[in-house]
Amino acid sequence: MSRARFRLVVDPVACDGAGVCAELLPEIISLDPWDYPIVGPGEVPPSLVDLARRATVSCPRLALHLVRLEG
Amino acid sequence: MTAPTGPARLLDGIGSADVIRLEAHLARWGALPDLPAPSLLEAVDQSGLRGHGGAWFPVGTKWRSVAAGRSPVVVANGAEGEPASGKDRLLLHHAPHLVLDGASVAATAVGSGRVIVHVSEDSVTDVTAALAERARRGSDRCQFEVVVAPDRFLSGQESAAVNTVNGRTPGIPSFVALRPVRDQGVAGRPTLVQNVESLAHVALIARYGPGWFRSVGTHDSPGTALVTVTGLWESPRIVEVPLGTTLGSALGITPARAGGIQAVLLGGYGGGWLPTATALSLPFTEEAARGLGTSIGAGVVVLLPTGVCPLVEAARVVRYLEGEGAGQCGPCVNGLDVLATQFELLAHRPHSLRGGTSAFPVLCGLVEGRGACHHPDGVARFVRSALDVFGDHAALHLQRGPCQTTRPFLPVPATAGAVR
Repeated sequence: MSRARFRLVVDPVACDGAGVCAELLPEIISLDPWDYPIVGPGEVPPSLVDLARRATVSCPRLALHLVRLEG
Repeated sequence: MTAPTGPARLLDGIGSADVIRLEAHLARWGALPDLPAPSLLEAVDQSGLRGHGGAWFPVGTKWRSVAAGRSPVVVANGAEGEPASGKDRLLLHHAPHLVLDGASVAATAVGSGRVIVHVSEDSVTDVTAALAERARRGSDRCQFEVVVAPDRFLSGQESAAVNTVNGRTPGIPSFVALRPVRDQGVAGRPTLVQNVESLAHVALIARYGPGWFRSVGTHDSPGTALVTVTGLWESPRIVEVPLGTTLGSALGITPARAGGIQAVLLGGYGGGWLPTATALSLPFTEEAARGLGTSIGAGVVVLLPTGVCPLVEAARVVRYLEGEGAGQCGPCVNGLDVLATQFELLAHRPHSLRGGTSAFPVLCGLVEGRGACHHPDGVARFVRSALDVFGDHAALHLQRGPCQTTRPFLPVPATAGAVR
């Protein structure tokens, strides 16, 4: 059985640039000049999935989503 | 009731009458054949028809994904917010019954009883009159409603259209990446949003079949397209072009005439600029345009004459697009304003532009792919292509200063003002 694969998606309408995600997950998320998150490309490395999940529930706007990839 | 054999399909017979009323429509095309949903889906699949609203997505594939859902809704989309496009209004004015036939076919094919005709204010009278004619005849199985799209650039965007119909944030797109409109759109139902020109093609595919449809065009882009051309005649004109023919030959542009064209904008304000020679020799299809980093969009072609400053023109468009943003997504709100301001400096006060044009690619990269809709991507494409094609002109501005003011050329309406 292969491990589940995930990617992070920002809902840009909900996001107001609080920046919590970049603080919790600097390995994947950086901030643009206006403090909105830039998510690194590709899948979330398996070692960071738990941290990524924590970042999604810590977002004050619940704008960060951990999306399970098909297949 | 013979199938059209020339390049004029949707525009066949237009010109002899202002509006093709239901009686004349039936005399020309005959009644719609009474085909069951599976046959209609099969015919549209085999026709290879792609969406003419600007995305060029395979229509059959879209229909099947919506048909799989429960009680779907059809939205015939003629909002046409792009200022340089006029083909949807033209079609709804002259040949509304082709569009409504296509919508009726779509409803049958996906198993929907409800069709919403979503159009700009300009088309409401035309559509309402056509629907009244059809109601008297009683040949449609679906219920039609008309919904007016607000006068905004983004009104025709799929989720924006759904929001307008739902009476929530009209003309403003939603973040639908995780829950697409085809699954949850109008009233929370699976929703097919299809451009009115695509539906008009469907009306003919249902009558004459996919083989006839494919007799014009290319394998991947069969059929014809309505193209709004600005800059070739005194006022913009809509022509029907067999897909795959070069733009130069489709529009009959001679080399002498081409000399008066500074550059060509393909795909409208979310599209991109091309050098004149490249554009005129390009086979007119979405895949050929994408190969050059642009798009044919909703069939928009603007021929920019020599003698106007391309940077001033582009700056007007970028500022317009900034003002037409929905004002929802941080990167777009912030990034487009900086892009528009920088472009205005390049056009009017180039000596105040620190670092020349080097900031533009970085700014474009900061907005691309970061909106709920593709608006920022379109603006970035417009800006990047303008700097590619007008790079020499930009260098002249930076060395010698701005051009003398010329009369505005590109159509840029007043911005309605973002809902903020």
